[in-house]
Amino acid sequence: MPKRDGSAKDSGTRNNQAAELAPNEAPSELLRELVAHLRQNRTQLREEWVVRITETRLLTAMTKEEIFAEATSVYDSYVEALETETFEALQAYARNLSERIIPRGVETHEVVGIVLLLRDVLARSLFAKYQADFKKLNRILDAYEPAANRIANTVAVGFVQERERVIRQQQEAIRELSTPVLQVRERLLILPIIGVIDPQRARQLTEQLLRGIRTNRAKVVVIDITGVAAMDVTVANHLVQTVEASRLLGATSIVTGLSPEIAQTLVTIGVDLGKMNTVGDLQGGIEQAERLLGYKVTALAEPR
Amino acid sequence: MEVPILKQGEFLIATFQAALSDADLENLRRGLLQQVVRFRSRGVIVDVTAMDVMDSFASRTLREIAHMIRLRGAETVIVGVQPEVAFAMVQLGLTLEGVATALDLEEGLAYLIEKFKNMD
Repeated sequence: MPKRDGSAKDSGTRNNQAAELAPNEAPSELLRELVAHLRQNRTQLREEWVVRITETRLLTAMTKEEIFAEATSVYDSYVEALETETFEALQAYARNLSERIIPRGVETHEVVGIVLLLRDVLARSLFAKYQADFKKLNRILDAYEPAANRIANTVAVGFVQERERVIRQQQEAIRELSTPVLQVRERLLILPIIGVIDPQRARQLTEQLLRGIRTNRAKVVVIDITGVAAMDVTVANHLVQTVEASRLLGATSIVTGLSPEIAQTLVTIGVDLGKMNTVGDLQGGIEQAERLLGYKVTALAEPR
Repeated sequence: MEVPILKQGEFLIATFQAALSDADLENLRRGLLQQVVRFRSRGVIVDVTAMDVMDSFASRTLREIAHMIRLRGAETVIVGVQPEVAFAMVQLGLTLEGVATALDLEEGLAYLIEKFKNMD
């Protein structure tokens, strides 16, 4: 008897459970209900979110108006991503947003922080709405959480990727700026080398010089090594190779700025300086270059 | 593959194509010398603009061509070495030592004209 009662009870409970999952509560329906709720309460939830952002002292680099404007865009993109379950538009928006705020000094933790805050604010509003119906709340959260997590992920990753892109761009610019190829006269280039020459920098230096020779149709190149930090076999070889490669493009090189120490080092190493045009200082180098090119510089009057 | 050799007044212009086999280079060496003799040319410009790679055999052949042509009293100029090719060459120690070089055809002609102007 107890067993039958037990089984009757069980089947009864199971029937109850089955009955509770009505047709209008399939996952997609729940999502629609969720999105409708978020749209209806847009103003209030957005306001709440901005308050929390200010409380946690995030986005201090931006004004209140800016935060509000961006918050509106983020909120709408968020809800749209939830609704369509596609994330390309959100990705594009995240990259666009990042491009704008990174130069303002906004940090990664701030962007991740505000997206998580929005997630919390929306979740809380769901708790409030469905607090009477725990089972329904769970199902709503089943629909909400994966999507919300994916959104947080998309925005954070978009931001980080944009930051990495900017960093790479800046590194490239620094590398190029640190080895400028300067045209001082028609067909005359100067390459002032400053600092440490590692193999990668040496390669970049040579490539930049060769491209400069071709672009400017240079016939003479003055390579000034006054600022080179240390001269050893490797650096000396890079220098010789640069001179030889320039010659293959029809340009004569004049190396200037050899300190007595460097001259000593080069001789000791056994670098064939006979192949290299060398002059003591940059001024002398430019004067010789001008002579090679057929220029003559005459003073018209005393310098004032 | 034939390397076209054009006559420009007292000079010859040989334009390398992109992929030259060792046999092509041999033929060129013979062909150029014949033409120099035939036209009594005073200068030869070898245009390697189209070469995107230069190996040791090509480099040695170019030097030998220049050497032979000099024995005939003529001057050789190599023009059109691309920056990337120049960089790769010097790393392998191929410097075309002893052979005149210029940026391009225009510069090469200017070089030869200048050289022979001073001689006459």
